[in-house]
Amino acid sequence: MTGLVLDRLTVRRGGVPVVALDLSVRPGEVLTVMGPSGSGKSTALAAILGTLDPSFERTGSIRLDGIDVTDLPTRARRIGLLFQDDVLFPHLSVGGNLAFALPPERRGRAARRAAVEEALDKADLRGFADRDPATLSGGQRARVALMRTLLAEPRALLLDEPFARLDTDLRGRIRDFVLDRIRAEGLPAILVTHDHEDARAAGGRIVDPTGRPVPDAP
Amino acid sequence: MTQGGVLRAAPPLTALLMAGPVLAGLGALAIPLSDGDGLARLLAWNGLSGAVRLSLVTGVVSTLVSLALALLIVAALDGRRSFRLITRALSPLLSVPHAAAALGLAFLISPSGWIARVLSPWATGWQTPPDVLILNDPAGLALILGLVVKETPFLLLMILAALPQADPARRMTVAASLGYGRFAGWALTVLPAVWPQIRLPVCAVLAYAMTSVEMALILGPSLPPTLAVQIVTWSMQPDLAWRGPAAAGAVLQLGLVVAVLAVLWLGERLVAVLGCRLAFTGRRGARLDGIVAPLAVVLAAGSAAAVGLGLAGLGVWSVAGLWTFPDALPATFTTGTWESAAPGLLAASARTVALAAISAGAALALTLACLEAEVRFGLRPGHAALWLLYLPLLVPQVVFLPGLHVLFVWLGFGGSLWAVAAVHVVFVLPYVFLSLAAPWRAWDARICVAGAALGAGADRVFWRLRLPMLLQPVLTALAIGLAVSIGQYLPTLAIGGGRVTTLTTEAVALSSGGNRRVIGTYAVMQTLLPAVGFALALALPALVFRNRRGMRGAT
Repeated sequence: MTGLVLDRLTVRRGGVPVVALDLSVRPGEVLTVMGPSGSGKSTALAAILGTLDPSFERTGSIRLDGIDVTDLPTRARRIGLLFQDDVLFPHLSVGGNLAFALPPERRGRAARRAAVEEALDKADLRGFADRDPATLSGGQRARVALMRTLLAEPRALLLDEPFARLDTDLRGRIRDFVLDRIRAEGLPAILVTHDHEDARAAGGRIVDPTGRPVPDAP
Repeated sequence: MTQGGVLRAAPPLTALLMAGPVLAGLGALAIPLSDGDGLARLLAWNGLSGAVRLSLVTGVVSTLVSLALALLIVAALDGRRSFRLITRALSPLLSVPHAAAALGLAFLISPSGWIARVLSPWATGWQTPPDVLILNDPAGLALILGLVVKETPFLLLMILAALPQADPARRMTVAASLGYGRFAGWALTVLPAVWPQIRLPVCAVLAYAMTSVEMALILGPSLPPTLAVQIVTWSMQPDLAWRGPAAAGAVLQLGLVVAVLAVLWLGERLVAVLGCRLAFTGRRGARLDGIVAPLAVVLAAGSAAAVGLGLAGLGVWSVAGLWTFPDALPATFTTGTWESAAPGLLAASARTVALAAISAGAALALTLACLEAEVRFGLRPGHAALWLLYLPLLVPQVVFLPGLHVLFVWLGFGGSLWAVAAVHVVFVLPYVFLSLAAPWRAWDARICVAGAALGAGADRVFWRLRLPMLLQPVLTALAIGLAVSIGQYLPTLAIGGGRVTTLTTEAVALSSGGNRRVIGTYAVMQTLLPAVGFALALALPALVFRNRRGMRGAT
């Protein structure tokens, strides 16, 4: 069974359920979890990523491509993450940020450099490897952040409102770029957002953190 | 109008206070150097190469080990449950004066100390203390150990203060989601943002460790001693001819510190390049965590225990009756030591407290005036102000204090309590300022606007709103200032000309005599006084604001 399976995943705080998800996401599908802030969206992501605060109680399990990852540490889950902000490391060059994500099995400086250039090509950022991330535009930074996440060869992707900080005209273009890449890589993905347009563009099912379908309002 | 004038003068006055004594003390070195054969006599001293080597080795090794240990603790443990426990165990060590920590450690590790006693005779077979040079060893290992256990908590606290600006939570999440181990992820993504903020404190630790006098007197070797100890020995000679080699030694010592700081500057660049290279290889270092985390716990607990047990041991000595080797505890207890030491202890305590109150009070007043001037006149202190603040901590005491003493004597107020207090301010103020500046600047300015809208003038806002609301950090800064003053050894000795004695100078003077019972009483008092200051700093705001829930938990 490929894809991301949330098997009766519930998260409670002080006995109150904040997350209740029982569903599977197919490769290439983008499921949207919607809700106002404080509704448990971030808690759901933390549970899937393995960064949940110990004050929460989690039950149920998370399987990725048939492997139970529920008790694995974050670093071993192979679940990629895109933040609202790009969180590029300011002390590394653009290429350094990408190489940071590239698996160590790709050996040799030249080979790694080539893989980085290839990724930059895919993001229309040819020749950006030696640039300081601080000199990039918001859209360029967002694309580098996505390529960094993908270079680590994740088996699933979590998107934590990754378009919220972008200007309106840029937003559509970056969203399309991200969604196209997810489909091209055939990754199961979960998008967390409170924006209906983002949810509609994702094209998958839309649920709230407790698993109820969200009607497609304006 | 006058008030504004006074406030406006505070920042330049403080700058003068930081830079003036350092520059005057350095300048005064020229007098003994210009006439006579100071340099020749320094070079003729056959202990010179050994003293220089000791100064370099003990200073550099202890700083690198403390820095590595502090970084290790934060990198491996931040966010874990054990972390709060460890930081709680280590932070009280900050208030322990260097001399008391060194005396405690000396008792713990000496051949007749607690560790040897606990292991004897069943494990070691020793019926009498073995004749081995553990303490004051010629390689300076005991001195390095002492510096490490004392400086690690300071650097740990500096890293913790720098951490929020480094965005550690998100960077660590990104690193973990990319498959990185905790330690490797921290070192490659968080450390580069922490380092620029802890560079100055690390430099200050390095300068201190290379030139510490009281720790080197208690724990360091004597033939030859460290260069700093030799400079002090020469400076304190009644025969003024020794001022020459002392001044030449001070110049050499300054050169050594500057050279090591330059090497640190180069090393920093090298590490940055190597770090970026390492990041490029993509090695995840996930297996490191299994080794690093337990190591950090053990080393942190070890250094906390070393100081804690050492002080406890001195406490036991102070009430010990008959205590023969290898008994782990005294056979009888007595208050006799305290009773016979009481007159001297009380006099020294009174002077210590007076000096601390004057210098910490003055430092706090200057700090408040500077910070308030920032607010009222919209001043933006830059890098230069920070460097100025660190100047007395970067230029070793042993380099500029002897010259300053000569200057004070020439001006006619050498050896007085007031002169000593004034010089204490130079070393107390940086800590008071650094501790208070962050909470002061972070204070919610909207309250100031709200107060002004109600018709309160700037003075009223200061006295009735800002100061009461910031009572906790103000008192903490004052307690830190008291602790720093209580711990001062060389300023008291050098500027007081040996005539102003405090708990610290007495404890160090007693250390060579080896009467552990009396040393115990002085070390206990020396540890107790700063602790009382911190306890009051915690208790007073809690009492004043006991009916104000919004003022609780504010640090």
